Amino acid sequence: MTDHTGDTARDNVAAHGGQGPRRGNLFARFIGATELDTRLLGMVGALALIWVGFHVYGELANGFGAFLTPRNLWNLTVQTSSIGIMACGMVLVIITRNIDLSVGSILGFCAIVMGVVQVNILPQYLGLGHPLIWIVAIICGLLVGTAIGAFHGALIAYGGIPAFIVTLGGLLVWRGAAFLVARGETISPVDPTFSLLGGGPYGSIGAAGSWIVGILGCLAVLALIAFGRRQRVRFHFPLRPVWAEAVLAALGCALVIGAVLLVNAYHWPRGIVNRYAEAEGITIPEGGLEISHGFAIPVLILLAVAIVMSVVMRMTRFGRYVYAIGGNPEAAELAGIDSRMMTVKIFAIMGFLAGLSAVVASARLNSATNALGELDELFVIAAAVIGGTSLAGGVGTIYGAILGALVMQSLQTGMVLVGFDAAMQRVVVGGVLVLAVWLDILYRRRSK
Amino acid sequence: MTRTQSQTSRQAGGTPLVELRDISIAFGGVQAVDRVSLDLYPGEVVGLLGHNGAGKSTLIKILSGAYRKDSGEILINGERAEIDSPADARRYNIETIYQTLALADNLDAASNLFLGRELTTPLGFVDDARMEAETRKILARLNPNFRKFSEPVSALSGGQRQSVAIARAVYFNAKILIMDEPTAALGVHETKMVADLIQELKAQGLGIFLISHDTREMMELCDRVSVMKNGQMIGTERVEDVTEDDILSMIIMGRNPKREAVPA
Ligand SMILES: Nc1ncnc2c1ncn2[C@@H]1O[C@H](COP(=O)(O)OP(=O)(O)OP(=O)(O)O)[C@@H](O)[C@H]1O
Ligand SMILES: [Mg+2]
Repeated sequence: MTDHTGDTARDNVAAHGGQGPRRGNLFARFIGATELDTRLLGMVGALALIWVGFHVYGELANGFGAFLTPRNLWNLTVQTSSIGIMACGMVLVIITRNIDLSVGSILGFCAIVMGVVQVNILPQYLGLGHPLIWIVAIICGLLVGTAIGAFHGALIAYGGIPAFIVTLGGLLVWRGAAFLVARGETISPVDPTFSLLGGGPYGSIGAAGSWIVGILGCLAVLALIAFGRRQRVRFHFPLRPVWAEAVLAALGCALVIGAVLLVNAYHWPRGIVNRYAEAEGITIPEGGLEISHGFAIPVLILLAVAIVMSVVMRMTRFGRYVYAIGGNPEAAELAGIDSRMMTVKIFAIMGFLAGLSAVVASARLNSATNALGELDELFVIAAAVIGGTSLAGGVGTIYGAILGALVMQSLQTGMVLVGFDAAMQRVVVGGVLVLAVWLDILYRRRSK
Repeated sequence: MTRTQSQTSRQAGGTPLVELRDISIAFGGVQAVDRVSLDLYPGEVVGLLGHNGAGKSTLIKILSGAYRKDSGEILINGERAEIDSPADARRYNIETIYQTLALADNLDAASNLFLGRELTTPLGFVDDARMEAETRKILARLNPNFRKFSEPVSALSGGQRQSVAIARAVYFNAKILIMDEPTAALGVHETKMVADLIQELKAQGLGIFLISHDTREMMELCDRVSVMKNGQMIGTERVEDVTEDDILSMIIMGRNPKREAVPA
């Protein structure tokens, strides 16, 4: 498995015949033995820098560092989900040497379609608040997104039109279509069940639910490490030292538990607690009632998308072919891979994920506007590239793209917190995108 | 010996494994292959020679499904075969080592070897560990010094890459093997191993098309050699019947001295 950047460290070990880590300083030994990806560590470092940087800046400039608070970090996870979900698809698109500039507009169009279906159409037939409404609306949105993506893919693969042009056209067409469908109006409020998918106090799973997710997460970390080791033993491949496996397991579990503690540390606002208590007939005890948010539903959706897409990319033929087409399109054709059909499927997946993002984004706003998702394409492409997806094709990972989305969203949130205006935010985001690509090029040149 | 075996099969009028009849293909204005006919019998090695751009690779790419012929027909075991894609060719047990090797640089040796034909677990997931184990086995035979199993093939030397391409062609029980300059990047030792491999596969009854510019090597490995020039077939001769000089003059002059009773 070297079809992604993540395994370069492992290769170092393998190249040295598996006689344990290389000589060198402690850090190099640690990296060698745990086989952690240096690029991943770099991204985590950049993220830490952004977080601490904004916090300290707030501390100094405003007398209050608002960044490293449970409230802000919880919001950050929710805001990251929409971009993160789409970034998972953009990785596939960019790996196969294409680009999709239309994702923000597809998101907007799908949101409007779902809004119209659940607000203007279905209530007439099913009655307001019918339990089927949100389900049918979501299915419509996902179908429309998938169909648009597949259509773009077909124009690219069978029509031979460059992806850049097809999706640039799509950027305009679907944004305009969103306006036409809703005649420029904002559609709200959305179905109450639907709106839970956007997060918020009611759209979160609470403390107990979050602990269950956390425990499952820890078990998954342990199972992955154990399974990996068993495979290596079975085929007599070089093994990681036991201490390195233990460190990895501890790190993974600590990360999961840390996340649970964080989301549980953010409590419902007092007003909502009071209303909730009133509605449920609970008397609020002395000192107030503290209800944890826990993981927000959109974050869990992102998590599910990330897991499914990672499995697809690493463990299925489809994923293998995505990498093969990106590495050498001609070789992929000669190996009997139908790369045109693959292109259609990849863009269909991208469209599906844009539709899913539309669910999250419009649910969070509790409304659908035709401006929803504007400029998202930039954030999504930046997320994928910052996360190590190479524009030259053939290289990229899902977890990288999600980290990249977190980096982009952290920048955005941080700038809002410290009071940068919209114009300044654009300057920074645009600059970061170019800088990220340049750093990526330097990194690859050096590691060649 | 195998050589006589294949000859008897040919002389006794057995069905050829492959028969290419009047194959033509043009790219724009260039007639890359011009009404070429060629056959191949089981257990036989047929060499294709010719100057650069003569049309050798193009001809075999038609057989391997990479290109679609403009006209002509292909018979496999005496029956008309429709080969419109690389997947079709694989169905006829035709395996190809391309001149360009056709490897995905970002994938490791095992992923390349099994590209398009991945081994899967009962759940349908790709079985990387088993593929790597199989790759180690086959490469141990072809290139015992090969170590870089978990690195992308872009990190391999030209010869190592060629070994991966050869391994891919011989792993899947081919009946018809096409080798387009398989030893171009190989060292002396590795070239010898490929020559031994060709003998072994021949003995197993495979038919092999071999392309190379090394006339001496071709005289040693092949049963018959065909010479192409400017897309046309100059002639096909049994290696016993010609000298290296005859072959060279066919390549350079485009004339077959054996067939011209009195040279002009
Ligand atoms: N895909 C293509 N598009 C256009 N022209 C092509 C293509 N492939 C081959 N040709 C042309 O067809 C002719 C035959 O090329 P081919 O690659 O078959 O030569 P070759 O005999 O294999 O040469 P070499 O010994 O250099 O490998 C050349 O003139 C080449 O330019
Ligand atoms: Mg050639």
